[in-house]
Amino acid sequence: MIDVAVIGCGIVGAACAYELSHYDIKITVFESENDVAMGTTKANSAIIHAGYDPSPGTLMAKLDVEGVKLAKELCEKLDIPYRHCGAFVLALNDDEVNLVERLYNRAIKNGVEEVAILNREDVLKLEPNVNNNVITALHAPTAMIVDPWEYTLALAETAARNSAEILLEHKVTRINEINGGYEIQTSKGAFEARTIINAAGLYADDIHNMIAEPEFTITPAKGEYWLLDKSEGTRVNSVIFQCPSKAGKGVLVTPTVHGNLMVGPGNISADSKDDVSTTADELEFVKQTAGKSVPGIDFSAVIRTFSGNRAHTENDDFIIKEVKPGFIDLAGIKSPGLTAAPAIAKMAAEMLTGNGMSLINKQGFIDSRRHIRFNKLNPEEKSAVIKKNPAYGHVICRCETVTEGEILDALESPIPPRSIDAVKRRTGAGMGRCQGGFCGPRILEILAKHYKCDFTDILQDKAGTYILTSKTKEDNL
Amino acid sequence: MKKIKIYDLIVIGGGPAGIAAAYSAWEKGLRKILIAERDSMLGGILNQCIHPGFGLEYFKEELTGPEYAWRFINLLPETSIEVLTDTMALKVTKDMEVHLSGEKSGFQILKAKSIILATGCRERARGALGIAGTRPSGVITAGAAQRYVNMEGYMPGKRIVIIGSGDVGLIMARRMTLEGAKVLAVVEILPHPGGLLRNVAQCLNDFDIPLLLSHSVTDIQGETRVDKVVVSKIDENRNVIPGTEQVFECDTVLLSAGLIPENELINAAGITIDNKNVQSSTPGIFVCGNALHVHDIVDNVTLEANKAGEAATEFVRGHSLNG
Repeated sequence: MIDVAVIGCGIVGAACAYELSHYDIKITVFESENDVAMGTTKANSAIIHAGYDPSPGTLMAKLDVEGVKLAKELCEKLDIPYRHCGAFVLALNDDEVNLVERLYNRAIKNGVEEVAILNREDVLKLEPNVNNNVITALHAPTAMIVDPWEYTLALAETAARNSAEILLEHKVTRINEINGGYEIQTSKGAFEARTIINAAGLYADDIHNMIAEPEFTITPAKGEYWLLDKSEGTRVNSVIFQCPSKAGKGVLVTPTVHGNLMVGPGNISADSKDDVSTTADELEFVKQTAGKSVPGIDFSAVIRTFSGNRAHTENDDFIIKEVKPGFIDLAGIKSPGLTAAPAIAKMAAEMLTGNGMSLINKQGFIDSRRHIRFNKLNPEEKSAVIKKNPAYGHVICRCETVTEGEILDALESPIPPRSIDAVKRRTGAGMGRCQGGFCGPRILEILAKHYKCDFTDILQDKAGTYILTSKTKEDNL
Repeated sequence: MKKIKIYDLIVIGGGPAGIAAAYSAWEKGLRKILIAERDSMLGGILNQCIHPGFGLEYFKEELTGPEYAWRFINLLPETSIEVLTDTMALKVTKDMEVHLSGEKSGFQILKAKSIILATGCRERARGALGIAGTRPSGVITAGAAQRYVNMEGYMPGKRIVIIGSGDVGLIMARRMTLEGAKVLAVVEILPHPGGLLRNVAQCLNDFDIPLLLSHSVTDIQGETRVDKVVVSKIDENRNVIPGTEQVFECDTVLLSAGLIPENELINAAGITIDNKNVQSSTPGIFVCGNALHVHDIVDNVTLEANKAGEAATEFVRGHSLNG
């Protein structure tokens, strides 16, 4: 019997798997998609929020501030790209000056360290490209940017290295209470587990409703983004927020850990939980709104637009609750969920202990992860790794300088990529200005060779996203 | 310490521009010349351009892309020009260093008296076109489709809408049709075609493929694979004219909406170019071919590359005399 079944492998599920893999218990993660980080974790602002935004006393406030500290440790330990860049919230009128003061006070109450209110001159000294009419700004130096895919992958891979089982393409379809636990029906068979952690993101209500009376509804709130070329990557040094409103933290302008500039998100309701389409009107709105805080962004440098859905509920706070003995909901994990995830996981582990599970530290827990990033190496190191393995000399993605060696490493990792986009999330190949136009066919070839399958079997991303339809001269079209 | 060999000229890129530039410099008298090519063979994009129409101006006869390339590749064995294939240039510096990486050639930093960048161009991808909608598979650039069909022997789709009427898209409209696919339309935002008129005649008209001028794809739909696109007529300000929407049910969208010179190496080095002149802002560093500006026909690339080769030769000579 599984000791803890985690449903969902976004950042929250992965953080739970990582946390629990410290202990001598059997963990299985069920993920419906063919990769980890495929829902809200895939498309968001990629920010580790300092913690001035949530109302004091909420779970959000507590877990956000705890999460920031844990995130930094994890990034260092598990080789997750991050940048400690800090954040600003700009006040552009008198009302916003008051709001910034309120945010400052909230930050102090929440225990956020190093926050300060800066005057116009000091803001412009640090961020010369923000709106010149800025009056004051909240400065939160503890905010960071991170790669949310690799964050999730690092946690899930480390859990897997410590013998957690990560089952992709296992969609949970039904849960029954049985003696001593639960029976979980999935698209690939049934499993028995003593306890369940519901980390199903946008689908957490559906999972909850399989075992308990409905208590909340997840309403997807769509955020659309622009991702701009590295030529715009130094437009700002830190995350630039506008003053928050009822609609959320608003449109922000941020550098990314990969060196690009990201602008977004908007906030409109999505047609469905899977609706991540973009619309011309909303992207235009995001563009216009961003201009208020950072004028002069060259949007013609766009390399991709995308959208992601926030898991909103009727509740203003995260829903972290033991619904039935040994069944824990981690639901409504909207922003600052990426930040709070490792703290949420610790809280879930405590709840399991409270439920009578004995968590004994595992002997020989592996708590490190390193992989080669060719483009970050100096000439001597480049030369050395190619001598060791010539595949590091073969550049596949020319925009981001990603080598065949790195792709092969990913294929040997505990959660190997099954699609071209999964290779992108692990290595950065295809993330550059040509968006995989050049390297896509080459990565397809590498995947087909590795999995000993035909080119037509290779997927762009999730199930059904085939790339090639047939061989030439073969098919009756 | 091993003595570092200093090349007279290092050419980055072994497509038509790079080979012609290197050969022209050799003809003018340079001897220590290296071509670094990232692919496993010389010829660049011409290798996948298996259609005819090349060489009418330069050779006064009609050749396919590979034939045109081989006219030049065949000249190299008679010269002392060295070629490194499977070798990617990672960096160029203003003081004439070139950082190269290759599976067999390893990582090396080479010095040169002159450098010619002939790195070609890339295609504008969907993101850069800003087309709204879902993000299914089946949306690829015409050049990537050309590679799949002509080099790998695979079809990227069966029912196709092409966005943009650049030459690669026109050529692929015909190519996909000949391979049995149905090309439903070529959609061009401008009131005139983007590619050569001869390609409009030979690749679209001859196959009854509609060219929709002053039209724009306003939406791409499909959960996993493309299943339809919405095309609308636009006015002179590029605003959609309401009521003109047409829906095309298709499984593939090919993008042929612009080529962008690939200048990342010199941009990263802080070197600038003026797209009318092969000489860059750094003396001794030259740019030619589609990396300088996108050419309609390869014959013109060759002429420009010859100039770059001559200019590099003159620079190296002048430098030796002065130095």
